[in-house]
Amino acid sequence: MGVDRRNFLKALGLTGVALGTGKQLGAAPAESVEDDEFYGILYDSTWCAGCQGCEIACAEANGLPEVPLEDVPEVGKIRKTDEHRRTVINAYETSQGEFFMKTQCMQCAQPACAAACLTKAMYKTKDGSVIWRENKCMGCRYCMISCPFDMPKFEYHSTNPKIEKCDMCFERVKEGKVPACVEACPAEALTFGNRRELIAEARRRIAEFPGMYHDVIYGEHEAGGTGWLYLSAVPFDELGLNTKLQKKSYPELTKGFLYSVPSVFVLAPALLLGIHSATKDKPAKEDDNE
Amino acid sequence: MSDTKVIDQERNGKSTWKFLADELKPKGKPFTWFNIISVPVITAGIVIIVLRFIHGLGYVSNIDQEVPWGLWKGFNVVTGVAFAGGAYVLTFIVYILNVQKFKSIVRVTVLNGFLAYVFYAGALVLDLGRPLKIINPIIGNSFGANSVLFLIAWHFLLYMIAQLIEFSPAIAEWLGAKRARKVLSSMTLAAVIMGITLSTLHQSGLGALFLMAKEKIHPLWYNEFIPILFLVSSVFAGLSMVIFEGSISKKVFADKISEKNKTGHKGIIHTFSQICAFAMFIYFFMHIIVFIHGKNWTYLNSRMGLWYLVEMIGFVLVPMVLFFISYRKVNITLAKVAAIVTMVGIVINRLNVSIIAFRWDAEVPYYPTWMEVVVTFTIIFVEVWVFRWVVNRMPVYNESPAWAKEHKH
Ligand code: SF4
Ligand code: SF4
Repeated sequence: MGVDRRNFLKALGLTGVALGTGKQLGAAPAESVEDDEFYGILYDSTWCAGCQGCEIACAEANGLPEVPLEDVPEVGKIRKTDEHRRTVINAYETSQGEFFMKTQCMQCAQPACAAACLTKAMYKTKDGSVIWRENKCMGCRYCMISCPFDMPKFEYHSTNPKIEKCDMCFERVKEGKVPACVEACPAEALTFGNRRELIAEARRRIAEFPGMYHDVIYGEHEAGGTGWLYLSAVPFDELGLNTKLQKKSYPELTKGFLYSVPSVFVLAPALLLGIHSATKDKPAKEDDNE
Repeated sequence: MSDTKVIDQERNGKSTWKFLADELKPKGKPFTWFNIISVPVITAGIVIIVLRFIHGLGYVSNIDQEVPWGLWKGFNVVTGVAFAGGAYVLTFIVYILNVQKFKSIVRVTVLNGFLAYVFYAGALVLDLGRPLKIINPIIGNSFGANSVLFLIAWHFLLYMIAQLIEFSPAIAEWLGAKRARKVLSSMTLAAVIMGITLSTLHQSGLGALFLMAKEKIHPLWYNEFIPILFLVSSVFAGLSMVIFEGSISKKVFADKISEKNKTGHKGIIHTFSQICAFAMFIYFFMHIIVFIHGKNWTYLNSRMGLWYLVEMIGFVLVPMVLFFISYRKVNITLAKVAAIVTMVGIVINRLNVSIIAFRWDAEVPYYPTWMEVVVTFTIIFVEVWVFRWVVNRMPVYNESPAWAKEHKH
């Protein structure tokens, strides 16, 4: 294992150039990014040290309360994101020893939250961030009902509540910076970049270090593909992730219904009018009350 | 008849404003059982609603990050709209199929439907975290047209207008506006066609709301057919409500309902039993197909499984058989019993999909606070108050004034 790690470090050094491009790509103007070519973040849980650097940086970058000192990841304790924190690290005892797992909004390729939102407050940008727009949201919480990862969080104790969730540091990315957590991670467990390239990189790691990784990239197909991609040494359910999510995107589930609406609008009135005129002149056989 | 003449005469001597001012005053006895119960509840409810706006939703409600919709959405909106389904079923029978027998109860059913929508849309607004922004999906600066909720919000709005048009001749008769009545009744058919179309879509739409919550709803209740199941069940939910409401009104508003309509009511219930039994049969059958298709028997041997069986057998199969028997034996009392059992079943079903089976596995299961319950009843009671106010003034149960009968639509 130790040797593997060292080898891996070396390999990582070699690919550092390739990975670096991810960070540089941030400067590219949004318009040039194609629809399926958006940014994502690769989280390699085998590298994560559970130091909470990302949590602290996230809170700072987004003006959220500081992470309490005593609030650390522990095996057996599930910390959850909420209206005060957009990302958390949890510790899990797995078949391969103790590992950490980071959670936050997954930045789905076809987000259920955005399809649910009736004001387009939830919105997938070309960059790949799924953002929440305060001036549009009416607080109906339908996004929370629909998100398969349960990620949008609502300020229940505010008179003008906001939805809190990770937006992959949309503003920072626009300025050409990388997301705060990626910048902060001392273990380099986080890599920001073009999603397609990140998948290639993840595959490369799995192929190069077969003993080290479970042969799945979580997020490649889950919920129709997500911007966040996870690597791990063990099956992902051991790290508290839902592995039963469908591979189709979630908005797909309401498509059939929504597509039928226009035809109902055309056909139903015609049909009703037809029946009406067919029955109009029949002699009233029932007792007429008027 | 004599009643309406009196109104007409009263009207003649007064200016419109005087007439309206007089009409606004309460009529009837102040100390009825309903008043004694509803007034304290409504008062408490209003206080809670104020608190909700001062301190935020979390102050009065138990909804949380995992179960973001509680009783107000699950009961007032999702369940209430199913019960309001009577209006579209009945307008279909009377105006589209031209079955005149049911004409005497169209007005009251449409009125009920209209008020239900107004108050349930109100419940929806109460539940919004940022209610002022409701303007966004309406004025069109942010159309989330791919959203099922967007569709429902618009349909609520349009359907309320359609129902108001359907009911408006009664308002015109009350005000003695002859011209307006003529114009308004000429719009009825268009409003009815519009209303039925909108209803089929949003009744099923309320089910479609939950389609994306695939893993969050217990598999015994989640399936891709929720929209159709919601639509079919809204038929017998609505008609059961009409039966129930009719039998209460017959006592409460006895002086307003003519003898002829009172006897006619039996025939109406009889036919409704048949329609309900039939619709419930389809509904039950669809559930069985979904059940077999989903290979759901593995879930039966659990607490949720048992609860599912209670719903399916106790509150679908049993009332279906009761409706059937009441139809065959012409037993009106039995039909009323069946209607009540059906209504309980609809409440259970809608709450199951929207609340009970929703995150049934959550660490902290959702239970409404007493405050949520009080507000739920406040909404219903205020609705009944308004209903009573209208019925006491406008020709809903009692006959239209003589002048209005000359031009029938
Ligand atoms: S994880 Fe949830 S909140 Fe984030 S993009 Fe996907 S659906 Fe939206
Ligand atoms: S709560 Fe806001 S962001 Fe979420 S669906 Fe409703 S309007 Fe959209």
